Amino acid sequence: MTDRKIRVLVAKPGLDGHDRGAKVVARALRDAGMEVIYTGLRQTPEMIAEAALQEDVDVVGLSILSGAHMALAPRILELLKKNGQDQVKVFIGGIIPDEDMPRLKEMGITGIYGPGASTDEIIRDVREAIELRGA
Amino acid sequence: MALARLLTQVENDSPEGRAALAELFPYTGKAHLIGVTGAPGTGKSSLVNQLALHYRKIGDQRVAIVAVDPSSPFTGGAVLGDRVRMRDLAGDEGVFIRSMATRGSLGGIAQKTASVVQVFDAAGYEIILIETVGAGQSEVDVARLAHTTLVVEAPGLGDEIQAIKAGILEIADVLVINKADRPGVENTERALRSTLELAHPMKRVSPALAGGARVRHHGQAMTVATPETDSRIWIPPINKTVATEGKGIEEVAASIARHAGHLRQNGDWQRRDRARLESELELLLREELMDRFLERIPQEAYDELIENVVNRNISPYEAVRSLLNSK
Repeated sequence: MTDRKIRVLVAKPGLDGHDRGAKVVARALRDAGMEVIYTGLRQTPEMIAEAALQEDVDVVGLSILSGAHMALAPRILELLKKNGQDQVKVFIGGIIPDEDMPRLKEMGITGIYGPGASTDEIIRDVREAIELRGA
Repeated sequence: MALARLLTQVENDSPEGRAALAELFPYTGKAHLIGVTGAPGTGKSSLVNQLALHYRKIGDQRVAIVAVDPSSPFTGGAVLGDRVRMRDLAGDEGVFIRSMATRGSLGGIAQKTASVVQVFDAAGYEIILIETVGAGQSEVDVARLAHTTLVVEAPGLGDEIQAIKAGILEIADVLVINKADRPGVENTERALRSTLELAHPMKRVSPALAGGARVRHHGQAMTVATPETDSRIWIPPINKTVATEGKGIEEVAASIARHAGHLRQNGDWQRRDRARLESELELLLREELMDRFLERIPQEAYDELIENVVNRNISPYEAVRSLLNSK
């Protein structure tokens, strides 16, 4: 064991049933040597925060295609903080309008990825965020 | 939070993790460790989900779940997906689910699974369910770790020849045929039952013949005496379930409870505990000796030796001997 594994929770909050994107990202992170905990569809913010806590992840990746990101993201950030997981980096992938991005970043979302984003970019950003944080 | 972080440290074998394990060890040995294994897609996660729900319902027992999935042999990465089937357990503070990657271990669980289980045990979880990777035939390490091992089968996976091979069926304390609403369930049950009969020739495994029976053999009517049941021998019961619908779960839980009673009654509980700790000790010793030994060998000498083996100048056996003889 040279360095500790990066553990990532990939979750789909809310009610849309399209999880192809989440699976592609989960697979890409796996191929980058990370341990990805995949939770499946229709997760509540509470379920996501609980899983993040029990699994002691470094990163949470949210896939949101429903348009509910401005409600879901702050709730999840708040619950993570409540559980003492302020250091967990949260990324969002999905359909996020440009005008929402600055506010999401302000809230504390580390990275946002729309359709066409490359998985290499996501992997690089995740690694960078973990390094900056200091493992 | 503290428990989750501790599990990470133990899994990563960090100095903090080792120190914590040493401190916690005296408090272990109370939980009932239940292993759940079987081929991929037989429904292990769904069964674990239902069993956990059951234990939460019948008494105030805290349940920990350690769910193991494989690491990629090439990148070391993993997708751990067992939580997908365990969403019914969300929001219950008496249930703690932890996913683990095998990290190169081949026996169906990770090398540190035993340590993670010890942490849960010391933390007061009465029931610890250990779900292995989708196991083929020889991933049997869980049987060494658990008090009670469930082997989960599903209709349509194999015939009687599969059932008489050595390996996974031999470790079953309870056999579960999941997806019992599917066609072919009778064949699966028959195959498993005949396997049990071969393993226990002096026992009556088929309930129909219990207590002596008249049967016809080559046209002759004859009485078959059924041997006395020997209470010291445990014959794995076969339970049928439809885990996604919660059917048959109570029967499985009853089998598990009977098995625990059986182990305690004839001293096997302690024997298994001893065997498990012995094999853990041996594993750790081997690891430590290997590390210490390799520390003394200069990397260049080691590389040179491998080069010699690759070039067929010496055999691996000779290489090992020369390593052991070098100072």
